[in-house]
Amino acid sequence: MVAPLIEAAALSRVYETRRGVFGKVSSVRAVDDVSLKVSPGETLGVVGESGSGKSTLGRLLLGIDPAQHGRVTFEGKPMPTFGTAEWRASRAKMQFIYQDPLAALDRRLTIATQIREPMDIHELFEGSARTDRVAALMAAVGLRHDQANRYPHELSGGQRQRAVIARALATRPKLIVCDEPVSALDVSIQAQVVNMLRDLQDELGLAMVFISHDLKVVRNVANRVAVMYLGRIVEEAPSDMIFASPRHPYTRALVSSVPVPGQPLKGRMILQGEPPNPADRPSGCAFHPRCPFAIELCRASVPELRPVEDLRAAACHLVDSANAPIAA
Amino acid sequence: MTPVEITHPYGGKARRPSWTAILRHTVPLSICLGMLWLLTMVLVAVFADLLRPYGITAMDLSNRLVAPGSTRHWLGTDELGRDVLARLIQSIRVSLVIAFSATILSAFFGTALGFAAAKFRGIVEHIVLVLADFQAALPFLIMSLAVLAFFGSSMTLIVCLMGFYGWERYARIARGLAVSASAQGYASAVVQLGASPFRVYFRHILPNVASTLIVSMTLTFPEIILMESGLSFLGLGVQPPETSLGNMVGFGREYLTRAPWIMLAPATVIMLTTLSISLVGDWLRDKLDPTVR
Repeated sequence: MVAPLIEAAALSRVYETRRGVFGKVSSVRAVDDVSLKVSPGETLGVVGESGSGKSTLGRLLLGIDPAQHGRVTFEGKPMPTFGTAEWRASRAKMQFIYQDPLAALDRRLTIATQIREPMDIHELFEGSARTDRVAALMAAVGLRHDQANRYPHELSGGQRQRAVIARALATRPKLIVCDEPVSALDVSIQAQVVNMLRDLQDELGLAMVFISHDLKVVRNVANRVAVMYLGRIVEEAPSDMIFASPRHPYTRALVSSVPVPGQPLKGRMILQGEPPNPADRPSGCAFHPRCPFAIELCRASVPELRPVEDLRAAACHLVDSANAPIAA
Repeated sequence: MTPVEITHPYGGKARRPSWTAILRHTVPLSICLGMLWLLTMVLVAVFADLLRPYGITAMDLSNRLVAPGSTRHWLGTDELGRDVLARLIQSIRVSLVIAFSATILSAFFGTALGFAAAKFRGIVEHIVLVLADFQAALPFLIMSLAVLAFFGSSMTLIVCLMGFYGWERYARIARGLAVSASAQGYASAVVQLGASPFRVYFRHILPNVASTLIVSMTLTFPEIILMESGLSFLGLGVQPPETSLGNMVGFGREYLTRAPWIMLAPATVIMLTTLSISLVGDWLRDKLDPTVR
């Protein structure tokens, strides 16, 4: 087996908020005891509802947000502390793609200047080679060369996201974390950008962590999918497996909600209740108030993420290695 | 075949527009006038020594309180027979030097403190904000009076004192904008690219907040001129025989009914200069922003 490019072990991030000066401190476990590995060239999809901690996980992986517990190792070395010179230098190898490309671009600089910037920062490539590389990157992401001197607000949403992607690729990173990279785009543009990302990944051998709430998109790009619920990974398996035979009740509900072209949506499992408040976690398995199969044990103890089949891990008391949950 | 003369569709020959036409097209007339006025003021300040027809203390005792328009004294003379034009030219120099240096001082320190607060947060931010609140709550004129009364009036002291004026506004603006930029958006994106804090603040955040700071500067500049005028008017600013715009207004007040020109000349200059700065500053802000073009 190939050594993982990035490995996270037991990551936790707790945000504390206080209402007023003397108010009660309430803590939100955005990410709770998450471990994962990404191998070189692999795409890990992270899916979950809003508030499930998937964006926080992305930031923890890149060391933008410090984890309170656990550690991240990149190429076998621990992730440097945020803001240090080593951390800055390590950015050449890992990059982040934001959800809103207009916010992520400096509106006072032209596209070409911004695509060039990572090379200027890390002093990669010399002089005119940088200019050539900007042109090559723009071509690779499908921007016209006459758009080089445009400002971000003069481009369309899809073109901006292409510019952001070109900027992220400028230093030849090994890992890219995409946080909802296409959810701000039109569906037709989404497909273009996703296909482009996939092609670029094949070409450059990038590893990618693809965070999204959109299962259709994740199915399209990811080799492996981790499903998050309230800060924990509830199921992790290769993409085909998770979409063909989801095991965790939450995953099953998610997968059953994705329409398949040409077929009526059948066997739809509709979740009851609201997504719970992360500041007020249910006891035991966080999913039990909405789970149609919940038993007494679910209310009492937190299920661990454990391997249930080859290549598949799930965190559910009712999923065992032999058979699917009851009534499946 | 006879050459066909190409005519403009609406009649008349097609001509290349002259550069004055281009200028008039891109720059509104009020801005042109404002810039022209400011340029004149700067030139007057720079070449004050050459332009002055008389020394500022030269007295022409036989020609006291002469009305403007006389051949020897274009803007008349004051109660001691000193030429108003000569004194006005010197006043423009003194007042502009004070206002420019003070505006730059307060913009520099205010922005630096604001960025420091945004960068380091925590205790640094608290200290900067407490100082800003303190400055905003303090009646500045009274504090200046106290300082000048204690330490005596000197040009350096006045410039430094005026440099204190309005820094809290820059600090608040710079801090607020830098914090919001760092929390999300372009600044955090650049940090994520591995840029040093210096690069983040000076190459990205500063150009993005500059338009707001420039507007703040155009507001502070007239205020400093007025503040200096006020102090000089009260007799604690620029000390005679040296002269400034406010000082001239202050001393001209006594002759307001008999010789209004002593006071009106500097008052007009103050008004036109502050107006021009506001107009040009506002226009400049729009021009510097690529998203407005």
